[in-house]
Amino acid sequence: MSFQDILFYIFSTVLVASALGVITVRNPVNSALLLVLAFVTCAGLWLLLEAEFLAIALVLVYVGAVMVLFLFVVMMLDINLDRLREGFWKWFPFGAVVALIMVVEISMVLMGKYFGLEEMPTPRPQDSDYSNTRELGRLIYTEYVYAFELAAVLLLVAMVAAIALTLRHREDKKSPNPSRQVKVRKEDRLRIVTMTAEKKE
Amino acid sequence: MENIQQQFVEIFGAEWGSMLFSLATNMTFIFAIVIPLLLGVAYLTFAERKIIAYMQIRVGPNRVTFFGIPWLRGWGQPIADAVKAIMKEIVIPTGANKFLFILAPVLTIMPALAAWAVIPFSPELVLADINAGLLYILAMTSMGIYGIIIAGWASNSKYAFLGAMRSAAQVVSYELAMGFALVCVLMMSQSLNLGDIVHGQQGGSFLNWYLIPLFPMFLVYLISGVAETNRAPFDVAEGESEIVAGFHVDYSGMAFTVFFLAEYSNMILVATLTSIMFLGGWLPPVDMAPFTLVPGIVWLLLKIAFILFFFLWFRATFPRYRYDQIMRLGWKIFIPITLIWIVLLGSIMQLPESIRNIFPLNIWF
Repeated sequence: MSFQDILFYIFSTVLVASALGVITVRNPVNSALLLVLAFVTCAGLWLLLEAEFLAIALVLVYVGAVMVLFLFVVMMLDINLDRLREGFWKWFPFGAVVALIMVVEISMVLMGKYFGLEEMPTPRPQDSDYSNTRELGRLIYTEYVYAFELAAVLLLVAMVAAIALTLRHREDKKSPNPSRQVKVRKEDRLRIVTMTAEKKE
Repeated sequence: MENIQQQFVEIFGAEWGSMLFSLATNMTFIFAIVIPLLLGVAYLTFAERKIIAYMQIRVGPNRVTFFGIPWLRGWGQPIADAVKAIMKEIVIPTGANKFLFILAPVLTIMPALAAWAVIPFSPELVLADINAGLLYILAMTSMGIYGIIIAGWASNSKYAFLGAMRSAAQVVSYELAMGFALVCVLMMSQSLNLGDIVHGQQGGSFLNWYLIPLFPMFLVYLISGVAETNRAPFDVAEGESEIVAGFHVDYSGMAFTVFFLAEYSNMILVATLTSIMFLGGWLPPVDMAPFTLVPGIVWLLLKIAFILFFFLWFRATFPRYRYDQIMRLGWKIFIPITLIWIVLLGSIMQLPESIRNIFPLNIWF
């Protein structure tokens, strides 16, 4: 067993264990943290596949930004576990179908010789100066530019919608407007009155 | 070097020998980076106290000496502080989540040290010369926030939780501006490798450094760096006058010191990155005889010290920002500036050669 195989088994054991933990642990904060662990180990597996850009982007986007906000929300909510469990049997058939599809897909990979997987050649390891960031950038901005822009617009629409749903103008808020504060001149606030000095009789 | 490798192969066999050899060299390298870094952190705290003291017309720490040498008065202070921190008890509050409470400082210091793996100290002196170096740094620094959030939540205290929430919102918003500023650097250097970024600034003198064409980005990056490390004037996560000490209010002894170490090593990291990406890293200011004789790492250290001085100067000078002003600065000022600069830079880079030759643009692009 080579060093890479050992790494693969370590990463995949941690990944499976933490993914199981996400759905079985009772405390929602713990399960969010286990999801972070799952993302990080998954990035490790991608590094073994020489997909270093995707691996680092996974850590940067999901671990660094998405899960931080997720954790932020989960920590502030007072989650009642009993109410969360109410819908379990109602959604069970749907979950079972999804699980079944995943089991079939995984078994297609594992029993590859019955599905002719060996016709797919193993990817050749690249040279050390090969940068898959550059290749990915070239593909995204040339061949797949329309799909990329479509995805970007979809995300923008989702963002605008989220802001529009939550934006409320409060009339009674007291926070000062900094740009107006900066613009204030002496003449706006101060009136200098010239008057003759009053003399004591 | 080769002799030692030979010996490893002889003792452990062909396959494991070379692997253990690379493991041993890497470990040596890691210690060679981490130990000077931690010493630097210790003396940065001393420098901070001294510099701020002089700015406020005080003397600062002047009691603890090395073995009673009179002209080193105060220089033993960081070591005395470290000894004190190790001796103190780590109090764990009754209501705290014990596992996460202990895990939080570890999660803070881990990315702060791991990010140093890709920093080039000179053309040859780099632990991991990877292609996606800059992305790796961004990923590592973005993980530092977990320690703060978990510390705030696990302490089970309202002050700590307020600090954690403030810090989470602040770091996520400034990370965007920081990332966009770095995109400009990438566009100039056309590489994610930190060594190549420094090589891209080569060419005679300090006029070639990215500081000049990217000056607004330099300011955005530096200020976002101060905000990312939760330093004054952006230290609302600590906010000792409002929420006691923020996320680490319940920490004591060595657990607190680990947060402290992480904050200062993050400061040094931001200063290093600023000097690598905008101030030409190990390059001397002018490629002439007296300057080129000084080794590159000395220039890098000088630049780091220069940027670190700014950090201390800010702390001595500015009052703390109000929270809504911090958010306004990040979202409404920095992000628009960086976006405009990216578009501007892209259009300049696409100008035809003849127009670029009229203006002296070719020294950068």
